[in-house]
Amino acid sequence: MKLSRVFASVAMAAMACGLAFPAQAAEPVKIGVYLPLTGQNAFGGQLELDGIKLAQQATPKVLGRDVELVVVDNKSDKVEAANAVKRLVERDKVSAYIGTYGSSLAMAGGEVGEKAGVPGVGTSCTSPLVTQGKKYYFRACFIDPYQGAAAASYAYKTLGMKKAAILMDVANDYSVGLCSFFKRSYKKLGGEIVADMKYNSGDQDFTAQLTEIINQKPDIVFMPAYFAEGAIIMKQARELGGTFVMMGADAMDNPDTVKIGGKAVEGFLHTTFPYDVNMPNMSPAAKAFTDDWKAAYPDKDPNVNSALGYVCYNLIIDAITRAGSDDPEAITKALAETKNFATPLGTLSINATHDAELPVGIIQYKDGKRSYIGEAIAE
Amino acid sequence: MSLELFLQHFFNALTLGSLYGLIAIGYTMVYGILRLINFAHGDILMLGAYFVFYGTTLFCLPWPVAVVVSILGSAALGVLMDKIAYRPLRDAPRISALISAIAVSFFLESLAVVVFTGLPRPVHQPEWLVSIITIGGARLMPLTLLVPGVTAILVAALLYVVYHTKPGLAMQAISKDIETTRMLGVSVDKIIALTFAIGSALAAASGIMWALRYPQINPYMGVFPGFKAFIAAVFGGIGSIQGAVIGGLLLGFIEIMAVAFFPELSGYRDAFAFILLVVVLLVKPTGLFGEKQKEKI
Repeated sequence: MKLSRVFASVAMAAMACGLAFPAQAAEPVKIGVYLPLTGQNAFGGQLELDGIKLAQQATPKVLGRDVELVVVDNKSDKVEAANAVKRLVERDKVSAYIGTYGSSLAMAGGEVGEKAGVPGVGTSCTSPLVTQGKKYYFRACFIDPYQGAAAASYAYKTLGMKKAAILMDVANDYSVGLCSFFKRSYKKLGGEIVADMKYNSGDQDFTAQLTEIINQKPDIVFMPAYFAEGAIIMKQARELGGTFVMMGADAMDNPDTVKIGGKAVEGFLHTTFPYDVNMPNMSPAAKAFTDDWKAAYPDKDPNVNSALGYVCYNLIIDAITRAGSDDPEAITKALAETKNFATPLGTLSINATHDAELPVGIIQYKDGKRSYIGEAIAE
Repeated sequence: MSLELFLQHFFNALTLGSLYGLIAIGYTMVYGILRLINFAHGDILMLGAYFVFYGTTLFCLPWPVAVVVSILGSAALGVLMDKIAYRPLRDAPRISALISAIAVSFFLESLAVVVFTGLPRPVHQPEWLVSIITIGGARLMPLTLLVPGVTAILVAALLYVVYHTKPGLAMQAISKDIETTRMLGVSVDKIIALTFAIGSALAAASGIMWALRYPQINPYMGVFPGFKAFIAAVFGGIGSIQGAVIGGLLLGFIEIMAVAFFPELSGYRDAFAFILLVVVLLVKPTGLFGEKQKEKI
């Protein structure tokens, strides 16, 4: 089924430009797309491609010319990802490219785009390394640790919690990055870190660390673990009598968190991308995306990956419009200057490291159900 | 540190330590008799936990029945493991059996990933085991007291089998000299099969206990506890059953108390345990309760 959808999408793209060609005198603007449409990440890649195509339907033209999407499957493989970008910049001579799901794929592809001097916009590659030191690579998502700063602001300002404890996995970059961003922001806001405890990936017993944390009486515990560990941590914390609020990050966003943690997960908060089909107070941009999606794909709900694909396309179109040209250098310059751009994910600005600055979504578990309760802004 | 806080740490350490001890006695028994470090021990532990999970969810067995089925199933698996992977290598150099044990370990892990998938599964905890009770301000579950109890009973049973029964006598004989034992008319292969059956049953029992305490199971769940328990067994003097339990308890107490007294060093929790292990081995190379190997003339 996956394969037939890929063929259908390629065929559709081919038909679209085939039909457009005779009517238009001007050359179309070519935008490349490299995503994992097969292999282990196919699920995410397919969702993002759906979002990109939805955005193209809504905005099919730029500078009075048709936009042609060139879609290449990177097969969830690093070598294929590098080849895919090579093909896009050398053979298809695209003005800019979108992709990809998966940080390791993005690092392989981004390297090729960087050498060719063609701008790329990453969809959901959240490792800080993806855009590090790159002139031509951008992304529509924030980096992992950024969530830590937003979590600190939510805990301190929105929840009014003055004392926090940290439980960090020292063997995991994701956890270390988030914790250091959390600590820095929380202290800057005026909060106090009362306990700073550590563990190693693979540990199952957290009782010693949690007993110490409970002894320091924090209002909130920040623990950006993976869901299986996180659920166990919450269980042990409640068993030991901890009554503080617990907060994690998007690695906890998994239905099994509740299955493993059971009642201990009640009230748990975690940060995530700022879009959810059931979010309250949708912005006009989010509403427009949701409505367009429901019209185009009535049988499934839009998800955040699709929204990210949609945003990437719009970011490039906006940059081309502002640059007044489809020259890769001009687009790169315009992309870097993107400020306060309205997207379904909230107001987006590209920062100095070429990452998106966006609000961060907050999820809370109430009565065993996951609900989107609002946003936090990192400062 | 307040008494209440210390008591809480004490109970945390007691649970963790007796779990290590429980796993370690399986390691030490097989080693004591065959001089083989059965690296697959941790993986039998994992399978034992999965058998209970599937027994209760897929076959809707009541929990106690699933536990019995799991222990018997694991014992059978232990016998099978011996027959396929160790018996053909009985007369080969010891290193061959060790490599074979590592292979069995990887095989069982990979098989579990294929059959059970890598997703962590939640474990059902019977309510009476996990309802919180308070002792002197410290909070604990009946499970916390059950684990040392089960460990004590199993150690007593094991000591009885090894020192007061006929198969036990044969086990002791095999541990001293396998060839002479065979010549004396003991069915060595049967006794060794029994050793593996008991060792694997112990692994399954500890896997079930481990899963009750840390209610999330995955195909690699046996690796870390197995590793720690192996350390505990070496710590206590590998081959000594009492030593394994003491080694396990000590390891648990060191890990927990290191964090309790030096919270800022919590990331080095394992390092504390291993440094102490190195020190013990430097001072007493055979471990706390290990017997000195007599040179054969």
